[in-house]
Amino acid sequence: MTLPIEKQAGAGPATGQTLLLVATRKGAWLYYGDQERRTWQTDGPHFLGHIVNHLQLDRRDGRTLLAAAKTGHLGPTIFRSTDFGRHWQEAARPPAFAPATDGGFGRSVDHTFWLTAGHADQPGVWFAGTSPQGLFRSEDSGLSWAPYSGLNDDAQYRKWMGSVQDGTPDGPKLHSIIVDPRDAAHMYLAMSGGGVHESADGGLSFTPLLEGLQVVEGFEPNDPTFHDPHCLRLCPSRPDRLYQQNHCGIYRLDKPDDRWQRIGHSLPAAIGDIGFPIVVHPRDADTVWVFPMDGSSVWPRTSPDGKPAVYTTHDGGATWHRLAAGLPGEQAWWTVKRQAMTADSHDPVGLYFGTTSGELWQSRDEGRNWQCLAAHLPEIYAVEAAELD
Amino acid sequence: MKVLIPSALRSYTTDSRVDATGETLAAVLADLERRYPGIRFRMIDEQGRIRPHIRFFVDGTQLRSLGQPLRAATELLIVQALSGG
Repeated sequence: MTLPIEKQAGAGPATGQTLLLVATRKGAWLYYGDQERRTWQTDGPHFLGHIVNHLQLDRRDGRTLLAAAKTGHLGPTIFRSTDFGRHWQEAARPPAFAPATDGGFGRSVDHTFWLTAGHADQPGVWFAGTSPQGLFRSEDSGLSWAPYSGLNDDAQYRKWMGSVQDGTPDGPKLHSIIVDPRDAAHMYLAMSGGGVHESADGGLSFTPLLEGLQVVEGFEPNDPTFHDPHCLRLCPSRPDRLYQQNHCGIYRLDKPDDRWQRIGHSLPAAIGDIGFPIVVHPRDADTVWVFPMDGSSVWPRTSPDGKPAVYTTHDGGATWHRLAAGLPGEQAWWTVKRQAMTADSHDPVGLYFGTTSGELWQSRDEGRNWQCLAAHLPEIYAVEAAELD
Repeated sequence: MKVLIPSALRSYTTDSRVDATGETLAAVLADLERRYPGIRFRMIDEQGRIRPHIRFFVDGTQLRSLGQPLRAATELLIVQALSGG
């Protein structure tokens, strides 16, 4: 299917631009920033009215976009563009579970939540994580998708994934699919709930990676069922280092050690270390940014005290610093979802986040100062940044 | 038979009323899929179930299974049930 796109005059890819890919509850937008990242051109909406959970650029070819979309009425699908959204082609075979063979109630994909491009040595390979939780792979740049039966249909993993009642309010998510840049067979993924898992065979099999992670009081920490990783990131400058924003705090893992270290305790007690996104510096493995939220009492999932702020560490989590210049000083009750905060690779690094209230914020100086880049968008689900060659 | 297409699916068909043949709902949907690739999966999930907000009607009667015969029907109405906000 090809969808017509309203394109704002002048918007489009050019060398040296920074591209922001913004996925929302009601469609997707592309923002093209100049070399200074001071002026931005808007291209959108794409898929107006569609629920777009993730929009990703294939950095291996610099031109393929994949969008994970559904609508309120229709089933989920994947759209692909190779011309920055002038034309979109629908997947011939979107992610779908295998038919039930045991006479039981077979699962159906409600939505694709997460998209990850494969290893640089495997052009055309993509991975998708869905709700209900499933892992899927495409070998043709997103046109056809096949399920990973070893995970999706494994009895033990099915138990750990739980039912729809064991996940986040709009369905349990398989997310944070990471391919080690040094080894295509080495992967990580996370399940909310269901824990963090590692594969050494390209995703054919996984093992839990949970040591050191806390769970909600009263539950068994050795059971992956009770683990709720919100976002997992690998440091490109030190691929043996992972950071994680979890339901129960912020953690760091330095392989080959298999024990996570909680690094969020040094955040101010009034802020806490609960949140959804976590962003790593492209060149400095000791620098991370998080967006804490109110995870107290009934879990309001708002900025603590209505005062949004990014927190950063430059020493691997030993100390944290508040970054709020330019952000609202009070009465701002939005927050940032797990896919809605990201970094570019400029120097200084540009940071971007989208809010649950539909605002897109930008920092050109690694979080020291913030500007609102766009407002009045639908609820923002995901933000990705890329530099155009 | 004539099939009335809801607005959410006209990106596939362009027209609001299209032709399809088949003696059951499953057969008509298979014919629609052949003519408009991708349209069936948006209405029917991978387990062969009708998706929660999709409804099919013939002669004012709702069809609740894909195997339901349509021999005497002249028009199939596909409806997107109200949902969301």
